[in-house]
Amino acid sequence: MHNVLIVDDSASMRQMVGLTLKNAGFSVTEAEDGDVALAVAEQAQTGFELVITDVNMPNMDGITLVRKLREREHYKFCPILVLTTESSQEKKQQGKAAGATGWIVKPFDPTILVNVVHKVLSPI
Amino acid sequence: MSEDLSEFHEVFFEEADELVESMEAELLDMLTDPDDPERINTVFRAAHSIKGGSATFGFSAVAELTHVMETLMDEVRDGLRRAESDLVDLLLKATDCLKSMLDAAKEDAPHDEDAVAAVKTELEAMLAAKSEPESEAEGESEPQVANEAAVQTEVHQPTEDLSSTQSYKISFKAAPGSLKTANDPLSILSELDKLGDLEVEPNLDDLPVLADMDPEVLYLGWKIRLTTNSSQQEIESLFEWLDEASEVILERVTWPTSNQETSDKTNAQEAESEDVKTSEAATAQTNQTVEAAKPLKPKAPQIEKEETKKPPKNTATSSIRVGIDKIDKLINLVGELVITQSMLTEEGSKLPGEIAEQMQEGLSQLQRYTRELQENVMQIRMVPISNAFNRLPRMIHDLTSKLGKKVELKMFGEQTELDKTVLESIGDPLVHLVRNAVDHGIELPEQRVAEGKPEQGSLELHAYHESGNIIIEIIDDGAGIDTQRVLSKAKEKGLVGKDEQLEDKEVFDLLFHPGFSTANEVSDVSGRGVGMDVVRRNIQSLGGNVEVESKLSKGSVFRISLPLTLAIIDGQLVRVGAQTFVMPLTSIVESIQLDRENISVVAGKGTLYRLRNEYLPLVQLANLFKLSKASNQEGMIVVVECDGGKIGLLVDDLQAQQQVVIKSLEANYRSVNGISGATILGDGTVALILDIDGINKLAKTVAHSITQAA
Repeated sequence: MHNVLIVDDSASMRQMVGLTLKNAGFSVTEAEDGDVALAVAEQAQTGFELVITDVNMPNMDGITLVRKLREREHYKFCPILVLTTESSQEKKQQGKAAGATGWIVKPFDPTILVNVVHKVLSPI
Repeated sequence: MSEDLSEFHEVFFEEADELVESMEAELLDMLTDPDDPERINTVFRAAHSIKGGSATFGFSAVAELTHVMETLMDEVRDGLRRAESDLVDLLLKATDCLKSMLDAAKEDAPHDEDAVAAVKTELEAMLAAKSEPESEAEGESEPQVANEAAVQTEVHQPTEDLSSTQSYKISFKAAPGSLKTANDPLSILSELDKLGDLEVEPNLDDLPVLADMDPEVLYLGWKIRLTTNSSQQEIESLFEWLDEASEVILERVTWPTSNQETSDKTNAQEAESEDVKTSEAATAQTNQTVEAAKPLKPKAPQIEKEETKKPPKNTATSSIRVGIDKIDKLINLVGELVITQSMLTEEGSKLPGEIAEQMQEGLSQLQRYTRELQENVMQIRMVPISNAFNRLPRMIHDLTSKLGKKVELKMFGEQTELDKTVLESIGDPLVHLVRNAVDHGIELPEQRVAEGKPEQGSLELHAYHESGNIIIEIIDDGAGIDTQRVLSKAKEKGLVGKDEQLEDKEVFDLLFHPGFSTANEVSDVSGRGVGMDVVRRNIQSLGGNVEVESKLSKGSVFRISLPLTLAIIDGQLVRVGAQTFVMPLTSIVESIQLDRENISVVAGKGTLYRLRNEYLPLVQLANLFKLSKASNQEGMIVVVECDGGKIGLLVDDLQAQQQVVIKSLEANYRSVNGISGATILGDGTVALILDIDGINKLAKTVAHSITQAA
């Protein structure tokens, strides 16, 4: 079972993403901002195989989180997806520049989320 | 949305309410301090979060409104405009609108579309007023692009369907750093493979000699030939996540058709623009990767050290949301446990000899832990009073601007905790009292200056705990209450006899009398005279009380006292015949031995009892509940305070005072007049809890029907 870390300051989004992935057979851990996510990521025994993070959050935002995660050995090659409401190329590229694997534009259909997650995690 | 997301709605609403509230609070502070970047950011983020959530959960109207709010705040954040008071006022108006939309959505009801449209138009006008070029460019161009794309695919679809399969030549070179963002080109190749027939040929031109090779860098490129039914867009979307430094050139290998020229043209154009982009981005990218790659190794351990030193923030205060029903169930169960425990204690004391001692020890421990458990469980329901206080700054802002008054609001003890149910019920009375203080209490600025007071009135809210109660004080430095005017008005209305003299405290009490208002003119703020009696009744129904102190031209203090929780009351056990009843201790004034000589029966008014110099209506509980009494001579009178003043309740005997856990009668049986609930006593018997106001009413109707029958 893949361990997924979900980072979003909105509890309803966390719940929605979390439950969708749980139903798809993933093991899910939630964090409410970048600071907490980093702490959780460091404490996690085996680490996460995928991180999904919101961009706009209090304390540490998603872009900073991606940058900080990439500095850590375990998360150097780990898929990281950012959730963004901005469809503008600029915001997506901010995430990319920080090292994100890709993005999902809100609002999104839960089934699309599952497809994307399967895609980034699928062994080739 | 194909899936049912309604199960997340409750959490979304809770969250949205919180966000709207925080947005409102920050906006209000922004009126005095418009430039605090953290404040601006909080408002922006709140609008942004609501937008994201509402769009996800299908509340598109909410999403549209918050989108405009967000855009405005974004411009403020970027320094393109300043949060002037007209902007803040408009945003406050929009938060009101949001609230009503959310409330409507909760009920599954339609919202007031005209009102929403009006606010949205105002916001858009504001947005267009300044910074015109930006707003137009951002607002207009995007949908246009989307439209064009839609049109294009519509045009393309039929031709593609006809020719069914298409061949593409793709030259693909992912950015060297792709692996570090977990963008494995192999996965893109395997995705392409799923689309149709695929031929792949690697391009090894850039591969260095082994000694120079960095295993984390990608050196490979590919030449791909794909024959597929999928559209060009679908293929392009597979490459969407690649760094801009990646090169993807897609060429359609077309059979000679009439479309060829145009499609070639667009391809060429695309390739060209792509090229320009890549070359620019490539330099930026390589700079970045070099920069990032080099200091990574020496720096990394240092950073990690710093991080581990920092204690994990927020994890300590993290919380979970649970339904209130779960907590209530828990409280109920703990209540049962307390009852069982006191039953055991009582039974245990009957045991003989050595067993008794050991048993007692265990029982007293059980008692200690159950108490602790009970206190802790009660604590779960406790929320800070700031939840009720938070509504007030906004209200005062609106009110003072309407009335032309100046008021400074100070709040103390906002973190004082009280039961959630009590909190919910205290909101309206609190709003009413504060509104009164601003409307009736605090004078107009000119008047204040004339009286030598500072122009700005002061309104203070205090909350604190005092012997198992929470006290809320509303203190203003306004005009105070004119006892003479109150008294003459009361006499005018026949509430007080013409020649009667009253003490100040009694005069203040008149304010809570139904149908009493001293405002010279009825304003649309307060003064309809339907407030204060409702306020007092609401507070009393919570088992609390409200008192006034006032000095003319100095100001007034309204003091509300409430029990911390509704689940437990301090009760006085009384015996009537073979039954035991519980009276709320807070409503008892005194208890006296019955002296039959003081009883008098007045036609039409039932039984009265002369206590010192006043006559109290006397209610004989045994008669009222049709219970057989042990004796007619002995008895106690418990004097209690209720809606219409004091009454005396005749009981056989006073028993212990103790805390009782309230069980709902409605939930377990049905509601009964004169009874507010039930509890289980230590010996396992059920005792009913008396509803004093209900008994007063019940006694009146009974007396009435008796006199009618006679």
